Amino acid sequence: MGKTLSEKVWDEHVVRSAAGEPDLLFIDLHLLHEVTSPQAFDGLRLADRTVRRPDLTLATEDHNVPTLDWDKPIADPVSRLQVETLRKNAADFGVRLHPLGDIEQGIVHVVGPQLGLTQPGMTIVCGDSHTSTHGAFGAIAFGIGTSEVEHVLATQTLMQAKPKTMSVTVNGSLPEGVTAKDLVLTLITHTGTGGGQGYIVEYRGQAIEELSMEGRMTVCNMSIEWGAKAGLIAPDQTTFDYIEGKPEAPKGADWDAAVAHWKTLRTDDDAVFDKEIELDASTMTPFVTWGTNPGQGAPLGASVPSPDDFDEPNDKIATEKALHYMGLEAGTPLREVKVDTVFVGSCTNGRIEDLRLAASILEGRTVAADTRLLVVPGSVRVRLQAEAEGLDKVFIAAGAEWRGAGCSMCLGMNPDQLAPGERSASTSNRNFEGRQGKGGRTHLVSVPVAAATAVRGTLSSPADLQEV
Amino acid sequence: MDAFTTHTGVGVPLRRSNVDTDQIIPAVYLKRVTRTGFEDGLFAAWRNDPDFVLNNPTYATGSVLVAGPDFGTGSSREHAVWALQNYGFRVVISSRFADIFRSNSGKAGLLAAQVDEKVVQRLWDWLEDNPGGEITVDLESRTVRAGFGEDAVEDSFDIDDYTRWRLLEGLDDIGITLGHDDDIAAFEATRPSWKPATL
Repeated sequence: MGKTLSEKVWDEHVVRSAAGEPDLLFIDLHLLHEVTSPQAFDGLRLADRTVRRPDLTLATEDHNVPTLDWDKPIADPVSRLQVETLRKNAADFGVRLHPLGDIEQGIVHVVGPQLGLTQPGMTIVCGDSHTSTHGAFGAIAFGIGTSEVEHVLATQTLMQAKPKTMSVTVNGSLPEGVTAKDLVLTLITHTGTGGGQGYIVEYRGQAIEELSMEGRMTVCNMSIEWGAKAGLIAPDQTTFDYIEGKPEAPKGADWDAAVAHWKTLRTDDDAVFDKEIELDASTMTPFVTWGTNPGQGAPLGASVPSPDDFDEPNDKIATEKALHYMGLEAGTPLREVKVDTVFVGSCTNGRIEDLRLAASILEGRTVAADTRLLVVPGSVRVRLQAEAEGLDKVFIAAGAEWRGAGCSMCLGMNPDQLAPGERSASTSNRNFEGRQGKGGRTHLVSVPVAAATAVRGTLSSPADLQEV
Repeated sequence: MDAFTTHTGVGVPLRRSNVDTDQIIPAVYLKRVTRTGFEDGLFAAWRNDPDFVLNNPTYATGSVLVAGPDFGTGSSREHAVWALQNYGFRVVISSRFADIFRSNSGKAGLLAAQVDEKVVQRLWDWLEDNPGGEITVDLESRTVRAGFGEDAVEDSFDIDDYTRWRLLEGLDDIGITLGHDDDIAAFEATRPSWKPATL
């Protein structure tokens, strides 16, 4: 019997395998940021251990960093201490760091791919659940906790029980204006937040193959939101074209050897998945969340559901609590939901393609009077590229705020936060209670929906906008 | 890590599903650079509600949390585990845990005991009938028990064999792995030269 893609990548990284024990898996790339690493470095110091492979380790500053005044010292002393701790740890242990102000600084999951460090067939971990993003290249990539960060620092391996395999086949093509984000939000509402638990998922099918690398990263990024261990996509010409020429991509004969290997990274025809899901992309529409987890979503054209629409008692209670928190009435058309703040950015939708798409919709239009729009590039490189293309001028002319690179309003940890009761349409990945700031209310949306919502002030798609 | 064999303590019913890690500890509380002091952030938003279960003095010494399905979803923050431990919890019982949370619990020494959804319901009901009642969680026999006689709730829980063994022995993972240093070095010697490096 053949192997699935994830089994091939897994098997290539097994250092040691013993009955009744998890596999010992070699880690090709370990990404670090300031929030989940300080206690791990402390652990190394206490045990008098070193970083085994600083040459397979990369650190950046993203969660705490301000997106305004980023050229000045961080104002919040606690955030500043965390960032300074990373700087000291990187210096003490010989780890490459891209700090605030560096041209390669940005969200860790934007930085890895743009440097060309994220490549097919790798194992990639980071103390951040959205590490699944890197699966878009055909890598096994997943988030780990701080104890595991310490384990990887000390040994460059992880003990991992082999997950089950699942395929998500998305047939057909996405209709015009429907994006990777709508696809993955539709999937999560279909499966629920626990539907992927215990599985490494391979996304496949025509709609997936037709996605750009940015779109594939958006889909894989949200694998964790339906509980999957990791999500990945078989590498193809789109993948190779994206990587070729990146700073850390293989060159010359190494490139040829790498591509020859990458081409073997496909699920064999006779391989069997433990579970299979099929979806039809051609019926998908712009999709938004109304609740307080990413599985509580609906097509933009629908209305806010009622607890009575659900059969399971837990779902009824969860819906009731979500509507209460979100300040929504069952039956309200989603298009009538008024939004205070629109956030375009994050490791889900903060890449250059996302900013181009947002700018194409905002060009010649203005943000609604009592709505604010934050556009936050995922990295300094994305910001510079956008400025080279004049996208910043489009955003500013439309009345948006054009910011520096970082996690920004995705997670309520740096100065970019919602006020209590404030409602956002956000291209990020989580709509949990308080995720974007205490009491904040989040609707997860695609980039086109975000841009159109900023213009109209209520949840909208570009189809709702007047011609310019 | 301290060994975990059995624990008996006040059970706390958390009648919620999908308790994500942003609820367990919001991001704004993640800025400490130690493993201690996170108890203030535990369920920070919900603790503003006077009716929240942890604001009930009956549960002041609670150490066994009983929660609905999909506990610990979302972020990989181990701070969620530390916050529960810093507050005084030794065990979380749920019918389904998110993978990363469960893994983090095993590493940090918090027992994540997975039981059938019906058992969670019975424990909630029992705790409401017996506020402040104690639950015993025995890792050796993989059982949870509340009460005695006819009203007792007793059932088995799931935990993978390897995590159970490590918790029972209180083992340090890194120490175990460094024992396989030869295997790691042998693997490293076979890696293709075109694989990327950061330095």
